[in-house]
Amino acid sequence: MKQLLILSGKGGTGKTTIASAFINLSKAKAYADCDVDAPNLHLITEQSSEPRKTDYYGLPKAEINPELCIECDRCRQNCRFDSISVDKIYKVDPFACEGCGVCEAVCPVDAVSLKPAVAGELMLYANEREVFSTAQLKMGSGNSGKLVTEVKKEIKTAMVDTELAIIDGSPGIGCPVIASLSGVDMVLVVAEPSISGISDLERIIKTAAIFGTRTAVCINKFDTNVGNTEKIESFCKKQGLAFMGRIPFDSDAVKAINNGQTIVDIDCASGAAVKAVYNKTMKLLFEEGGG
Amino acid sequence: MKIAIPVDEKSLQSNVCVSFGRTPYFLIYDIDTKKSVFLDNSAAASTGGAGIKAAQTIADNKANILLTPRLGENAADVLKAAEIKIYKTTTASAKDNIDAFIAGKLPLLNEFHAGFHGHRGN
Amino acid sequence: MRIAVLSGKGGTGKTLVSVNLAAVTKTSTYIDCDVEEPNGYLFFKPENIQEEEVSIRIPKVDEKLCSGCRKCVDFCKFNALAYIKDKLIVFEEVCHSCGGCIMFCPEKALTEKEKVIGKVQKGTSNQVTVYTGILNTGEASGIPIIKKLLARNKPESDKQTFIDCPPGSACIVMESIKDADYCILVAEPTIFGVHNLAMVYELVKVFNKPFGAVLNKCLEGENPAEKFCLEKNIKILVRIPFDNELGILNSNAEIAVRKNEKYRTIFSSLLETVKKEVHHETTSNS
Repeated sequence: MKQLLILSGKGGTGKTTIASAFINLSKAKAYADCDVDAPNLHLITEQSSEPRKTDYYGLPKAEINPELCIECDRCRQNCRFDSISVDKIYKVDPFACEGCGVCEAVCPVDAVSLKPAVAGELMLYANEREVFSTAQLKMGSGNSGKLVTEVKKEIKTAMVDTELAIIDGSPGIGCPVIASLSGVDMVLVVAEPSISGISDLERIIKTAAIFGTRTAVCINKFDTNVGNTEKIESFCKKQGLAFMGRIPFDSDAVKAINNGQTIVDIDCASGAAVKAVYNKTMKLLFEEGGG
Repeated sequence: MKIAIPVDEKSLQSNVCVSFGRTPYFLIYDIDTKKSVFLDNSAAASTGGAGIKAAQTIADNKANILLTPRLGENAADVLKAAEIKIYKTTTASAKDNIDAFIAGKLPLLNEFHAGFHGHRGN
Repeated sequence: MRIAVLSGKGGTGKTLVSVNLAAVTKTSTYIDCDVEEPNGYLFFKPENIQEEEVSIRIPKVDEKLCSGCRKCVDFCKFNALAYIKDKLIVFEEVCHSCGGCIMFCPEKALTEKEKVIGKVQKGTSNQVTVYTGILNTGEASGIPIIKKLLARNKPESDKQTFIDCPPGSACIVMESIKDADYCILVAEPTIFGVHNLAMVYELVKVFNKPFGAVLNKCLEGENPAEKFCLEKNIKILVRIPFDNELGILNSNAEIAVRKNEKYRTIFSSLLETVKKEVHHETTSNS
């Protein structure tokens, strides 16, 4: 099974729009949404069955038992994350607590303990034909590489026989991106023709290079700034990055998405452009990639 | 000489686990006595630094060799300090890789990926 | 008055809104808290830049004192320490700087040293004071940088401060809006936009912050984000139409209100609306 990861330096470039079109075009039987901070892919891919849900545990959080607490203030004084406050009783702010365990260790009366905390939920839609793995982090539990790893693991648990898996990656360059990158065969970066888009593209290319993963680039909404589009193309040439094509800004695309359709479900300019990008990408992934 | 391998199941025929830090078990195989011991990997549940903790476990159990498909930088640093040699597995089963290692057919692993950190994963 | 601008996802126009609001206000402060990918400075191109490094405290071992008891290794919940061949190894980028290992070392073999994780820049662009937080690549948590950015900018009631938050609803966003008087949620007119708006909507509700929404990139036809606002009774501060000219200015990192009267009008009236909302909140709460 070949894994194609679709990434962008920042959110809002159209990564999910393009990923959903690719899933539709390839009839991919395995796909995943690794953008666990703000997953969107499920909004546009039709799922017939209810998902299998699994709680995802992050770092444990401290809890203070008010019946045992003698208000010695040691936990509050020693917390580096300002997560303990006093308002009649001593309390832990679960959003600030990093689960380091210092408060538990300094408490003279064992009133503080670390408790497992649910940080998100994994959802796996699977039937005989296809499998879709996604997850949603809870508020205040951002940026988890471990959850991304779990999402990817879930696709493998469902024994679907397929040649291609498409993964919608996380934006940014942090640890969830690194977790998304691990083990994939190729990365397609969706770039935007803006000054900040170019700086984001450079950063993501650097990250992918660390893994030695083959990287290709396409430009979305290219006609919103043709000058910058040309800059990105020449950047790709200089860096030896495969260029997969340009996709125009298209108000029909917004309409399709709002109807829960992918842009290749309707006859529109962006859909046609994505088809060309898709064909080129598949050729690179399967024919020129070798084993 | 003792060989450590991350494995999916507690059996010599088990597949090698693709994740070193988060493998459920480690197989410790003694080449001289041909005895196998299976260890639970307590690092598997860690949110961060799993590779470091797993490497510590391997070192504490006096392994001399590690066979693994891939490895993170941090774990590699621990293993280097412990003078444990790292070889890359080439097939799925643990047993086949042990045989390949004894026959001198496994390559040294010398590329390590960046860590996943998992810092803000709380 | 501190106004935080946030969105569930990047690319919605968070920076567009915060940069242009700061620029249209006569004297103001703009703080870029999106420390992983700060972009605001690309627009402001600030001058007279002063820089200050931000560091965290991490452990350092005195090998002569270490007895090898491994109490620190066992204590560390983040697995940032290993003890191999009579030597303690510290993994600096895994450390959360909780101080536990130092506190519990029976031999006092561990002390702290400073480790730089990024920096804070201050500069000026016309009458806007621009603060930028920058997290070094590979560093995991930007929260110490945000704490520094916001601590030095204690609210002055006569000066407007605009905080460009990181995208999402993670702890780093919570840290950014902690002391805000008002939150602006920026949303796109798609079903994705609604999903992302719902996330930040939950966040501002939990923090009990007064807030309103800016609908960006509005097109003809149905706007699911607008529908969501109406359903939830969220105040819509402004609808910014999709506009090629604005798009080009923005993608070239130009500040729209400094280039074109049309946008100056849009953002001045947004500013007035926000001021009125904040005033309304403060009077109704006192």
